[in-house]
Amino acid sequence: MKWVRWAAIFFLLGVATACLLAGFIAPASYAHQFRDLPDAAPSSQHPLGTDDLGRDRFSRLLYGTRVSLLLAPAAALLSSLLAAVIGGAAGFAGGRLQVCVTAAIDLFLSLPWLFLLIAVRALMPLNVSPLASVAITFALLGCLGWAAAARVICADAAKLADSDAVLLARATGSGGFRLLWRHIVPNLKPVLSAQFWISVPVFILTEANLGVLGLGVAEPLPSWGSLLRELEGFSTLSAQPWQFAPLILLIVTVSCFHLAMQKREDWA
Amino acid sequence: MKRSLILLALLLLADPRARSETELRFCLGAEPKTLNPLLAADDDPSETVRYLTGGVLMRLNRLTQQLEPGLATAWKVGPKGDSIRFTLRPNLYFSDGTPFTAEDVAYTMQRLMDPALHSPTGDEFRSGEGNVLTQVTARYEVTIVFPAPVVGLDKLFDQVAIVSSKSPLKEKAALGPYYVSENKPGSYLLLRRNPNYWKRDAAGRQLPYIDSVRLDIQQNREIETLRLMRGEIDLIERLTAESYDKLAAQAPKTAYDAGVGFDAEQMWFNQVPGAPLPAYKKAWFASVNFRRAISASIQRDDLARVVFRGHARPAVSWISPANKFWFNAKLTPHPYDPKAALQWLAQDGFSLRNGALLDREGHPVEFSVVTNAGNTERERMAAMIQQDLAGIGIRLNIVTLDFPSLIERIARTFNYEACLLGLVDNDLDPNSQMNVWLSSAENHQWNPSQKTPATPWEAEIDALMRAQAATFDANKRKQAVDKVQEIVWRQEPFIYLVNKNVLSAVSPRVRNAHPAVLRPQVYWNIDELYLATEGAKGK
Repeated sequence: MKWVRWAAIFFLLGVATACLLAGFIAPASYAHQFRDLPDAAPSSQHPLGTDDLGRDRFSRLLYGTRVSLLLAPAAALLSSLLAAVIGGAAGFAGGRLQVCVTAAIDLFLSLPWLFLLIAVRALMPLNVSPLASVAITFALLGCLGWAAAARVICADAAKLADSDAVLLARATGSGGFRLLWRHIVPNLKPVLSAQFWISVPVFILTEANLGVLGLGVAEPLPSWGSLLRELEGFSTLSAQPWQFAPLILLIVTVSCFHLAMQKREDWA
Repeated sequence: MKRSLILLALLLLADPRARSETELRFCLGAEPKTLNPLLAADDDPSETVRYLTGGVLMRLNRLTQQLEPGLATAWKVGPKGDSIRFTLRPNLYFSDGTPFTAEDVAYTMQRLMDPALHSPTGDEFRSGEGNVLTQVTARYEVTIVFPAPVVGLDKLFDQVAIVSSKSPLKEKAALGPYYVSENKPGSYLLLRRNPNYWKRDAAGRQLPYIDSVRLDIQQNREIETLRLMRGEIDLIERLTAESYDKLAAQAPKTAYDAGVGFDAEQMWFNQVPGAPLPAYKKAWFASVNFRRAISASIQRDDLARVVFRGHARPAVSWISPANKFWFNAKLTPHPYDPKAALQWLAQDGFSLRNGALLDREGHPVEFSVVTNAGNTERERMAAMIQQDLAGIGIRLNIVTLDFPSLIERIARTFNYEACLLGLVDNDLDPNSQMNVWLSSAENHQWNPSQKTPATPWEAEIDALMRAQAATFDANKRKQAVDKVQEIVWRQEPFIYLVNKNVLSAVSPRVRNAHPAVLRPQVYWNIDELYLATEGAKGK
């Protein structure tokens, strides 16, 4: 089903382009409150209507998608790098270091990170701009999301370290950093790539969950999380189906990420 | 076939469950922390259980805001305001058949005032050091003497549920319209009609009309609204403006707007001298010109119209217009006036440059406002205030925190700049807010626990609040409280935003409901409510 994968990639490219050109496409500022038009139905002026404060939903969706789609890959990159360094080093070194790192990963995965995120958000300085707030949120997600990927990479690196190819490289005099850089890391690239692509939708959904808790992106900056919060009042949604637009976009985008990375997983 | 039908009919007649028992159902937002009426707190669902099961000496009519006789037929507050004498209704019985006498009133007050019990209701009677004395002068007469005068003494008894001194069931024996029959923790409470309830209707029929009340524990308010619309529950005490509008659109006869209530939404700046804030920000927040400018830049009408969908009105002061006697009617809400705001700011050396407001030292005016995460109405208000303040060049950062973190900041570390919260008030008497207005009080939020008043106007408020608490002359008290409202209106330590309307929902099958602004808004006359299916019985 090659065409499905290409359709997914084109869709993602289309969404990314629309987000980058949001300043030209959006009919209004994402923060502007048309206070005489709260909860308005879709119209030529507001293609997806307005929210409860009279802000243009379409503009907020464009900017919110930009925030979530730009920062989620950045957080995924950070967590993948951390996973590569920690998991790769432990797997390559083996012995007690591997045992210790594996135990640390198990501990890390068992901790209730949601509560930690709430606590960290509460400890953060209050006077941070919405942009800084969103950057910190995703940086935190990136810093906390490495453990699952590190376990996979650690296991893979350990297997590689015992492989015939690496044994041959050792026999020919390779060792230390050269062995790691020339022989282990290139062979870990497919796994790292797969872990990166898996992390992107995970972070998008995590940010959405934090937004539902009121802990993600600060007002007035929109994100998928803050847009999804409007769906809390589900008893009236049947009367306003256009409120589903962020949810549909989230589902389609996350599905497209999965479709786009299927081939990469095969490489892995 | 015919024989089978007859048999079925006979079985139905024989089955006691086939009787048409009436049951009122509604939801509690959480599990009651206690079922002991002496330990119930105003802000807990245990208050609902206490109201429905507790027999009180006198009851505050939520509509007229006047006291009416309950277990006591007459009462008299002593001339010094430190004693009260009750004449009790004779020949009454608790739900388990134990007789009710003056001994029970004395026992209840002794237990209530026992410091070891930590009763929130008992705390309201504590006016001075010393013990409370109870004198049983006859089987149905009792006098209670307090160590010091208690302001609004008689009205406090609206919350004192009398417990039995002799019943083996102790506090489970009820004198109110219902008693607790079943308690499934986390699921529901079932209250059944008290067979010994004293009250009768005009026709001499024993109240209450409704046989049982089922209280389902339901935290999700959206689900609560859906359940009402499906007919699974009969009433909702408090609705958000959004839910009210939905209900009003789909079932207009269900939604009730009782008008402006006692609760206020307010914002304040941190004026604690030792707060970990830059000195220039402390100077901003301490300036009355700055506070008035912020207040004048907020479009309260828009807050009421957009956030509360018209079910709120711009707030004036710490006493709501719903409090008919104590509200200072001379005061009006601060109008939206950004020009005046900039003039006040200019008096303090602030200036507008390239759309940004700078103080006299060149610091851009930027501050954060904290509010509790998950409260959609407050988050929306904060977003609107953010846009309003941007109009005079101020950058406002909105921070939503979980409630424990918020309380930690505003009450312990004082590491915040401004806060947006609501005040839940259900007490007619302003004396109940002594713990807010005295500068030495812990709840004096903008600068709590002061050793000496930080400003002359706070000293004046201290003096006026103490003066109103020291006299029983209603007019003198009113004058003092009016003056405090004027000072607060001028100084704006709290920037009052809106007073919310009291919105509730009542199923059309519930009859004789008259939602009021005082809590409980809907079931305050529970013993007189009846269900449509029992119309003839009820009437």
